[in-house]
Order: sequence, then structure tokens, then C-alpha cells
Amino acid sequence: MAITITINGAKRVLNDDPGTPLLWVLRDTLALTGTKFGCGAGLCGACTVHLDGKAVRSCTTPISTVGLRQVTTIEGLSPNRSHPLQRAWIAEQVPQCGYCQSGQIMSAAALLAGKPKPTDAEIDAAMSGNICRCGTYCRIRRAIHRAAQGAA
Amino acid sequence: MERRDFLKLGGLIIGFPAALPRQLQAAGGFTPNGWLRIGQAGDITVLLENTDIGQGSWTGLAMLVAEELDADWNSVRIIQAPADPKVYPHLSTGGSGATIAGWEYLRQAGAQAREMLITAAANRWKVSHETCRAEESRVRHQPSGRSFTYGDLVEDAAKLTPPDPKKAPLKDPKDYRLIGRAVPRPDVPLKVDGSAKYGIDVQVPGMLYAVVARCPTFGGKPKKYDTAAAKRIPGVREVFEISAIGRMPNTAGGIAVVADNTWAAMQGRKALAATWDLGPNALESSETLRELAHKQLQGPATYVIQERGNAEQAFAGAAKVVEAIYELPFQPHATMEPMNCTADVRADGIDIWTGTQCAREIKNLLAGFSGLPSEAITIHNQWAGGGFGRRYQWDYPTEAWQISKAAGKPVKLTWTREDDMQHDFYRPLSYHRLRAALGSDGRPIAWTHRIVSTSIREVFDPPERLKDPAGVARQEYGGSEVLYSIPKLRVDYAPLPSCVRRAWWRSVSASFNGFAVESFIDELAHAAGRNPLDFRLDLLRDEGEDAAIIRRIRKILEVVADKGGWAKPAPAGCARGIAAFYSFGSVIGYVATVSKEPNGTIRVRQVTGAVDCGTAVNPDSVKMMVEGGAIFGLSATLQGEVTVANGAIVQTNFDGYRAVRMADAPAIDVHVVNSGAEIGGMGEPGVPPIAPAVANAVFALTGERPRRLPINRS
Repeated sequence: MAITITINGAKRVLNDDPGTPLLWVLRDTLALTGTKFGCGAGLCGACTVHLDGKAVRSCTTPISTVGLRQVTTIEGLSPNRSHPLQRAWIAEQVPQCGYCQSGQIMSAAALLAGKPKPTDAEIDAAMSGNICRCGTYCRIRRAIHRAAQGAA
Repeated sequence: MERRDFLKLGGLIIGFPAALPRQLQAAGGFTPNGWLRIGQAGDITVLLENTDIGQGSWTGLAMLVAEELDADWNSVRIIQAPADPKVYPHLSTGGSGATIAGWEYLRQAGAQAREMLITAAANRWKVSHETCRAEESRVRHQPSGRSFTYGDLVEDAAKLTPPDPKKAPLKDPKDYRLIGRAVPRPDVPLKVDGSAKYGIDVQVPGMLYAVVARCPTFGGKPKKYDTAAAKRIPGVREVFEISAIGRMPNTAGGIAVVADNTWAAMQGRKALAATWDLGPNALESSETLRELAHKQLQGPATYVIQERGNAEQAFAGAAKVVEAIYELPFQPHATMEPMNCTADVRADGIDIWTGTQCAREIKNLLAGFSGLPSEAITIHNQWAGGGFGRRYQWDYPTEAWQISKAAGKPVKLTWTREDDMQHDFYRPLSYHRLRAALGSDGRPIAWTHRIVSTSIREVFDPPERLKDPAGVARQEYGGSEVLYSIPKLRVDYAPLPSCVRRAWWRSVSASFNGFAVESFIDELAHAAGRNPLDFRLDLLRDEGEDAAIIRRIRKILEVVADKGGWAKPAPAGCARGIAAFYSFGSVIGYVATVSKEPNGTIRVRQVTGAVDCGTAVNPDSVKMMVEGGAIFGLSATLQGEVTVANGAIVQTNFDGYRAVRMADAPAIDVHVVNSGAEIGGMGEPGVPPIAPAVANAVFALTGERPRRLPINRS
């Protein structure tokens, strides 16, 4: 039985097994490869997307549970890299290998949506689910503050 | 053993491409060498043979070409060079060597092209070469002010015979417009909107998806598995065994599940419910390894690495003897992008898509396995989601080749995080016994260092080469050379046999030897009742064949101590540690400030770094590599390790392997020192000094010396 999900504003009819995690539908079925596979167990944050603006780990979210909630992926966050976080990320030259950065930005965007001027402790709490092995944490923090201050 | 080789980790071949890749020849435009092409619109393409694994050399290397080319940076586009060994001398990314290797020939490539463009313009104007100058993608005739864009000159320049690039005049550094500037990296925008593509993102028409069930115990084989159950999973197409290949073995072998998509393949693998014949290594554990290691620390050496005078004799009458044993665990690379490779194996050729640090080796290996000529094997190198040395391996491309060959279709092989965590080539397990005899003035008169480690060469070299103990020890002692002025010295080695695969982890042996050396010198400082900074500076004498390096280390220590507030009291509840280390041609020093939580956990609050890489091509990239190297090393220092039970790695995911996260990360400030020394690498040097800087801080804070890493052991 097909499942219909709204992704980045567009309705998509999916014939994948309902137990398939949203991550794999995005990547394999829809070729939206901006959302990354890092651990498959909700431990690393690379797969972070928004459901109705809330950050979730798509690797542990079966498509059968999405329902009517709007899915936003990194590809749908903004047109032309215009989200204040994306501009701040470029200004601070945050990414190194870049693989974790989609997830980092999606987590940060959800944080800012709820807390427009987060403290360092709030950044720690919201962002500690996203691992970066290249070690870009200081720049991520700076970029979040930069976007929050509207300085991007 | 040549001292110079000893200090320079990683060998380099420096050459200049003798031919052009086919693709460039066909494209037209102006292509004097394999490194750049200028189109008639003035668009400049720079081709790079190195892989972008996050180290920033993609930008830095292109800057070298663009600088001497006098290019308008905004018109430069960077692409991956085809993996053609007839054209490109290295096709490998490792040893922090990209900028060191490219410094000469990439500038020469740009300069050669620039000279030809000037010649083309001078010919058109019928003026002398000397009256023309290149600047920002134009050639200007100085006396008259007229100019041509590079695009205008492409057709004429393409008709000229390229002169010897080694003779092309290079700029005086004072005339640099790009080198030395924090030029924004062109890959960054693609990495903030999901458009950057990695090996794992590759999609090829008709492609199937595979995962492999492997025995977690190294050397184990499949015993029983339920093929029918796997095939009942919708989307699963085939189930078959692939064999182990190579020493150790290099690829584990196992059961491949091939399906229509990644999830189905993973579910199919689960349904196999595979059990294993564990094989000969099932009794190996961290405990058995540790027991054996401690015996090796005390017994005879198999190889003497360095000897100066008779160190042993000095201990008998010494005013004070200090002894320490350091223990460092296996470390995984744990790149955020798990291993993966897409292979299309046909009778007449093989296409491979993956992010690899060793395109040349994969090509040669698959040529050997398949019997096809090297030209029939095309490696489509992709950006990699982290390398750290893990992608300098050919195990997962070999598996992809095996699977595509058996399936008769293109196949994307994906490793899960569990596969990646349990089938890595880890940083060697190492144990260190250091002893020093101090004179009555507190200065060391003798220093001995026994290194015991699971030798990397045992994983790769044939038994004949391993009969020579020097061969076994070869990649285990880089970084153990002591630059402090100590009259008597002995560094030696004994191997620790293990079934666990190991190879090159960011900074290789410098990471564990650096910890031992910079912790022990700190212990000696405290034994002598001296300030650890002053003690080091006192022993870093501006003399001997390493005088130039020693001067650089002294400068870095002075800068990092100044910027890190070494002379000032630490904040309440905190203490500082200092360490500096030379590796891969660069010097990095850290001052780390640590505190202790109520539950006993050590936290790193602040890291100040100072870096000297000779010339900072892109200072922001240099800083980035220090920040990144520090955080990468910090996971291994504070809380991350893998352990062994039943001949298998115990940790399977990021719950077991505790990488540093945002809440654990210190603030980091980095200061770049431009010494003008020969250019050094930056991919790895940020790692070795962080562990000792933190351990030294912990001692200053608690009076207890962390000798066994990680510090916050679970």
C-alpha cells in the first residue's frame, strides 16, 4: 500500500515498505542525498531532518510514522543557501569534510526556530546529538551565535 | 637509518606530469600541462589529484596554481583529476604530503602557463616579453597599457610549445596575491546545502545495493546462515559468500546480500541470522594483549632504533631515576561517512566510485586480481566524509569488486556503522616504558624508551620481509626521536602480536610516541622541581643537525605559552598543561586548560594552539587543521577507545565509541607563526601534542599522572 508524505513542500507517493526509515527513502528512492547515513541508530545526527520544524533522526523514523507532518530536508531549508545559518556557516568557513554538516545545520535550524538567541548551554544541549569527527564544533558554535545575532 | 628520513614521516615522490589526460586533450582550450585548462571564455579549470577528505588542500593546492598563473581567483573552478598514473605522479592522499609535494610543481604548472600566455600576447603585439606582465587573468603591455584577457589568448597560447616548467620564473613571496590569504574555500557552499556529493551518494544506472555479513572475530568464517529467510525480505535479490583475501586477511570475507535498495539489503542480512566459525583468534582480548605487552616492555628488544652513548650505565649512579609506563589503546578512525564503494565489473573493464586516499593502489590491485590492464580500470574518486588514513585502504573496494563481479551488475557496497567500527584498520595498540636518569642539577643525563606495539608492517608485508626486525618496527617509531639535549639515549622496540588489523591513523606513530615523549619530559620537569616550559626550553639547544627544527619548536613554545596565559594563574578549579611537537614538517604547540567535574570526569575548557608550517598557504585552513586535529586527538585522549574480546572489537557504534561532542569540546584559539621554513604538512600535526598537553594539565590539576589513555575511561 502506498504512503504519501510531503517532503520539502511536495507530495511524494511512496511504494517502499512502511517500515523503511525515512532516511533510506530520501536517499535511495528519492535521490535526496543531502541527508546522510552515519550510524543507523540515532546516535550521530547525520540524518537529521525536520518534521513540522522539529529535528528528528530520519534513520530511526519509519515512513509509516510520518503521517501528515511536513518533512524538510537540507535541500528544502532555503532557496540558494539563504538561511541565516547557511550564510553564517559560509562566513565562518565551518565545514571541513562536510559530511555531518547537513545534520548539524538542520539541528541548529530547529534550535533557532525555538530559541532565537540561544545560550552556550542551550547550544550544547541541542547540538550534542550531532557528531563531527573533523572537529568543527567551535566554528559551529560561532556560526550559530552569528546567525542568532543577525550578523550573517 | 637516516636522521632526516626518521624525522620526516611519509615518503614523497616529486615529479611533473609528462603527458595530458585524454579528457583534457579532447576538451580543447589551452592545456599546457595536466594541472590546468583555460577555456576561450577565460574560465580556468584546475585539476587536482588529491582527494578532499576535509583537509582543505583542495583549496590550498589550487591557490598555488592560481597564484603563479596570476589568475582571477573568481574564475577558477577545481575538479578532480582523472586517476591516470601516466600523468599524475602520486594519486594518493596521505602523510600530510599534498602541499609539501605540490608546493614546487603546482606553482611551476601555473608559472609555465603564465609565461606562455605572456609570450602569446607579446607575439600578437610584436613586443618583447619583458614589457608584458600578467595580472588577474590578463596580460598587460606595460608601456602602452593595452591588455588581453586570458580568454583572448587561449588559441594562440595553445599553439606554443610548453617550455620547461622547472625554468618558469616563480614569484617573489612579497608579490603574492593569494598565497598567505585566508581565501574562502570553494567547497564550503556545497557543504551547507546538501549538494556536495560523497562516495556514498553515488548512483549509477542499473545499480544494486549490497551489505556484507562478516564474522566480528578477525579471521573467522561463516558457519550457518539462512539464505531463504534473507531472500524472503522484499527487494533482496541474491545471497552469496565472498572469500577473504590477503594477509591478516585484508578483506574479511563473509556473506554478501544484494538487493534493490540499502534498507532491504540490511534487513536481508539481519534475516540471515549468521553464525560463525570463530577461527584461531577467538581467545585474544585486551587483557591477554596487555599481559603480553607488559612482558615485552621488560624483556629484550628486537630492534634498536636509536642509541647514543651507553644509557644503561648512567642509571646506577644517578641522582634521581624516573620511570613511567604509558598505555594507549587501539583507536578507530570512525569517519562520519562509513566505508562504501560502488563497482561496475565487466569483462572488458572496471569502474569504481569511492572516496579514496589511494586511487593508484586500488587501480593496481584490481588490475592484478582481474587480469585486466590498468588502463581498463577507472577510479572515479569522490569527496570523502573524513579519511584520517582509513581511506588509504583497499579492503572495501576489493569487496565491491568481488560482489559486482558475482552479481554481473553495478553494485553499491555500503558498510554500516557496526561494520565500520568492527572492521577498521586501527591505530596500533602501544605500550611505552620510559626511564630517565637525572643529574644533581635536575637535567636528564640518560633517556631510554622501549616501544611495544602491534606492528603495522605485520599486516601488509610478506613473511620474508618480516624476518628482519627492522622491517617489523619500521612504522612504529616515528616521533620517538628526542630533540631535547640528553647526552645518552636508547630507543628500542619489541613487537606485540595481535589478530587485530591496524594501519595508519591520523599522525600514525607520532600520536602515541608524541604522548609518551611529551608526557615524560613533563614528568622529568616536575621531578626536577622546574616549570615544564622552562625545563623544555632549557633542553631545546640551538645546536646540532636539528638546530633549525629546535628553533622552530622553541618559538612555538614561546608563542603558545604567551597566548595561552601560561605565566598567569589558571581560572579557579582549573590547571594548565603544555606540549609541543614536530611532525610531518610542522611544529604545533598547545596549552590546555582542564577542570574536574564533581563526578571525577576531566573536562578540557580551553585549548590555545600555535602552529608553524613554514608558509601558511591559506592561514584559515591552517587554523582549521589545528582545531580539527585537536578535537580528533581529544576523543582518543579523553574518552574514546576500542577494546578486544574473543578476538573481536567490542564497540559497535557511537554508544560504545565515545567521540567528543559539542558539549565536550573546548574553545580553541590558534595562532599561526610564519617561520618561512621549508613548507610542512597540516593534515596530521595537530594530533600528537594534544594528548600530552591535556595529560600534563591533569597532573598539574590533580597531582595524578594519566599514563593510560583514555583519561575518562568508562
